[in-house]
Amino acid sequence: MSSVGLLIILVMYLALLFFIAHWAEKKRNSKWTNNKYIYSLSLAVYCTAWTYYGSIGVAADSGLSYLSVYIGPIIIIPAWILILKKIIRISRVNKVSSIADFISLRYGNSRFLGAVVTIICLSGILPYIALQLKAISESFHLVTQTVSNKFIFDDSTTYVAIALALFSSYYGTRYVDASEKRRGIVTAVALESILKLVFFLMVGIYVTYFVFDGFEDIYQKASLLENFHKKNTIGGLPQAINWFFLCILSIFAIFLLPRQFHVSVIENNRENHINTAIWLFPLYLLLFNIFVYPIAWGGNVLFDGKSVNSDTYSLLIPQFFGNKVLTVLVFLGGFSAAISMIVVSSIGLSTMVSNNLIIPYGFLGQLQNENQDTINKKIVNTRKVGIFSLIIISYFIYRFFALDYNLFSIGLVAFVIIAQLAPAFFGALFWRRGSRLGAVWGIIVGFVLCLYTLLIPYAIGISSAQTTFISKGLFGLELLKPFQLFGLDYLNPVPHALYWSLLFNFITYVAVSVSFKGNYRERNYAEMFLDINKYITNHENAFVWKGTAYRTDIEKVLIRFLGEERTKRAMNIFNLKYNVDKNEELADARLIKFSENLLTGHIGTASAKILISSVVKEEKITLPEVLKILEESKENIIINKKLIETSNELQEISAKLQEANESLIRKDKQKDEFLDTVTHELRTPITAIRASSEILHDDDDIPDDLKKQFLQNIISESDRLNRLIDKILDLEKFETGKQKVNLSNNKIVETIEKSVEPLIQLINNKNISFYIEGSHVLEAYYDEDRIFQVMTNLLSNAIKFCPDSNGLITISVNDRIDHILVQVSDNGKGISKNDFENIFDKFYQSTNQNFKKPIGSGLGLAICKQIIEHHKGKIWASNNVTGGACLSFTLLKNKN
Amino acid sequence: MKKILIVDDEPNIVMSLEYTFKKNSFEVFIARDGQEALDILQSNLPDVIILDVMMPYVDGFETIERIKQNPKLNHCKIIFLSAKNKDSDIEKGLSLGADAYLTKPFSIKKVVDQVFELLH
Repeated sequence: MSSVGLLIILVMYLALLFFIAHWAEKKRNSKWTNNKYIYSLSLAVYCTAWTYYGSIGVAADSGLSYLSVYIGPIIIIPAWILILKKIIRISRVNKVSSIADFISLRYGNSRFLGAVVTIICLSGILPYIALQLKAISESFHLVTQTVSNKFIFDDSTTYVAIALALFSSYYGTRYVDASEKRRGIVTAVALESILKLVFFLMVGIYVTYFVFDGFEDIYQKASLLENFHKKNTIGGLPQAINWFFLCILSIFAIFLLPRQFHVSVIENNRENHINTAIWLFPLYLLLFNIFVYPIAWGGNVLFDGKSVNSDTYSLLIPQFFGNKVLTVLVFLGGFSAAISMIVVSSIGLSTMVSNNLIIPYGFLGQLQNENQDTINKKIVNTRKVGIFSLIIISYFIYRFFALDYNLFSIGLVAFVIIAQLAPAFFGALFWRRGSRLGAVWGIIVGFVLCLYTLLIPYAIGISSAQTTFISKGLFGLELLKPFQLFGLDYLNPVPHALYWSLLFNFITYVAVSVSFKGNYRERNYAEMFLDINKYITNHENAFVWKGTAYRTDIEKVLIRFLGEERTKRAMNIFNLKYNVDKNEELADARLIKFSENLLTGHIGTASAKILISSVVKEEKITLPEVLKILEESKENIIINKKLIETSNELQEISAKLQEANESLIRKDKQKDEFLDTVTHELRTPITAIRASSEILHDDDDIPDDLKKQFLQNIISESDRLNRLIDKILDLEKFETGKQKVNLSNNKIVETIEKSVEPLIQLINNKNISFYIEGSHVLEAYYDEDRIFQVMTNLLSNAIKFCPDSNGLITISVNDRIDHILVQVSDNGKGISKNDFENIFDKFYQSTNQNFKKPIGSGLGLAICKQIIEHHKGKIWASNNVTGGACLSFTLLKNKN
Repeated sequence: MKKILIVDDEPNIVMSLEYTFKKNSFEVFIARDGQEALDILQSNLPDVIILDVMMPYVDGFETIERIKQNPKLNHCKIIFLSAKNKDSDIEKGLSLGADAYLTKPFSIKKVVDQVFELLH
């Protein structure tokens, strides 16, 4: 394939990525760019060109060693649920924008420590980026079958590097606040993750099933090669230990590599996306590794005896068989893997360089005298130039330090350097006593050991200078041989360097931390980092600070960096959150922390601290004082929490009380009404009795027939009084549950007929037509005496409501699935709809009666309702289609 | 001959009152609820009205309001005779313009005395 042709494809591919990034940036809140899958896939930036090409090389040359790099992450990923969540919370709350910020914040906004971490990252990652460029360049030349041009500007890969640098610096610095999310980049990276996996699987399937006849075939052919068995055994305990160290190394890498920190922490939108990542990301790694072995050994079989770079088998095999399309696709996959690493790493690094190196050490002083626009421009430009130069510098590293080592070993060297951050980093999360000095010295000592045991010997190897440093040791001392330090001779160079550097790093960190206490700020942040869950909602409270500061001074600083409007908005939020009066003159600790946070995203934590402390007068606080204040604030938080809980409980109780009270009032009112009506109902017959008696007593000359009439009145009113008392007691018994019902199976129609008997005279007197419809065999489960009572009541009502002529009463008994339905209909005026429910209330007398007050007491239907409900039946009122009221009730057929 | 209208839905109570006032030489009209009373008042102008409160259809309170709207009935003395004996009920009755409020059960003698007192 021609260089121009491939370049055109590359440009088109880059244009696609530009477009995706642009689109995602525009749709930054859409669910397409903002979901758990995008997050999980973006983590696969872990799989670089090193994975894509280098794994195959390692598998071909030394068997299973390549796996350790994937096993490490898979082992530790479940712990993300705890650890990564904690890191994300701390970073979110404190507006952390890089791993350097994270570490330096914990150790008291240390400017120096931030710079040290940045330098470590630079020295580890720049060669790593160079490695990616090397992969792009070599694969480019391989696909186009050209050779690398000695003159740098004639080499097409130079332009690829420049294009990449432009792309990253454009999209990596859209926001001044580096803790902002970059949706565009992340979405593009996720897309690249998919592409590189798909293309890799394609070539894997191609090699396994089209070039060979499946896994079995490859294995059989490969096992005939010499060295096969040697390469594919672990190699005893020493090699197992090597393996173990490599696993440990990659465990650190998944947390500490700037690009991993960036995608997993800074770009994390929601904590629960982790829940998806912990299965999807390992699955991704697994898929990526399925075909590594077949391709590697397939390549070994195909190219046995030829001198080819095993790293490039995945390109060489399709090319060997003339499959141009697949060759290009594989190349694009590798290109994706490389550029996603380059882009994310360079963004992370440039943020570190600007926020932890250039701004705090360079022009922080200058910035203080500029206005907001200039400041923002300067910051963004610093980062833009930073990204661009990082990539270009890496390219030069690749070009001028030939980097003869294979991809795998350079990648591991980067890992070892980055691993030096491990003690300080994990100490930040789990150890209160860890101090700034401990962290600084630990990292430096570790790095020096790295230099001695790994970088210098490798550099010597590259330069091919004649020296006895490696074989005889420094000054010819056996114990100081860089690859067998202190006589440790069974580890490979990388695990060996890791072991010694981390050991000394760790010991130094612990020893210095224990010997020299940190200042109060370190201890303050230690508490916040360790107990982040406690402080997450109002972490400003946990910040200890004493001194005098004027709000106006602080606001001035903020305005310079954030602009007037954002500062105003932020201050409003602060005032609201902590209920602070906006006219308050003095700033408190919370405002100091709040303001530092606002600035941190722009200029890094160290600079933020320096800036704020330039306008405030801080008093020294001793460590015990800090601890005391923290203890108090912790207690306050707990007390606060308890208070809130208690007050919630109280509120609940008071709501319940109010409800109970209302229901009492309602019941009380009902009781009042009930008593009112009862007394009225009782007084009425008494009144009649008293009046009649008085006349009989006082008047001696009443005619006999009238005398009899008055006496009759007294008798009937007394009876009425008695009936009323009976009914009230009845109702009372039902309502308090004292009334027992004696349930048994009875023939319902018979009961109805019995209840009609005493009333038949009344019915006949009023000339009412009367019918009972229903089968005599129907049985239901009820207390006959009680249903008798119900029927009497309903019938009396019906008789009462029937018109004076042509009255009609129908009782129908219907068989339903599990119950019997009884309906009593009349042809009276019917019931007003409003009354359907109320007529079953005690003493309720319809507002719509056009006849005189009914003879009843107003308790009849209330008692009926009680009786029916005690039978687990229902009773209701309705109107007939033809007019007239219809009262219905149901009775269960059987016991259940 | 003085005229009296007795408005009550309890026939036995009405009977006692009717007997007593007739004996005291009144012309007695009887209504069994507010509406009936108002109908009677269309064509008759009694001197006294004895009014129950709790009655179906149109109760005593509503009846007195309607009576008070008719200027022809201004001279009518109105006595409530009710089982509702709470202070609030009595107050309401008197505030609606009743001349007296007697509670049930009552002494017939006192009712008669009250009627005569109002008429003199």
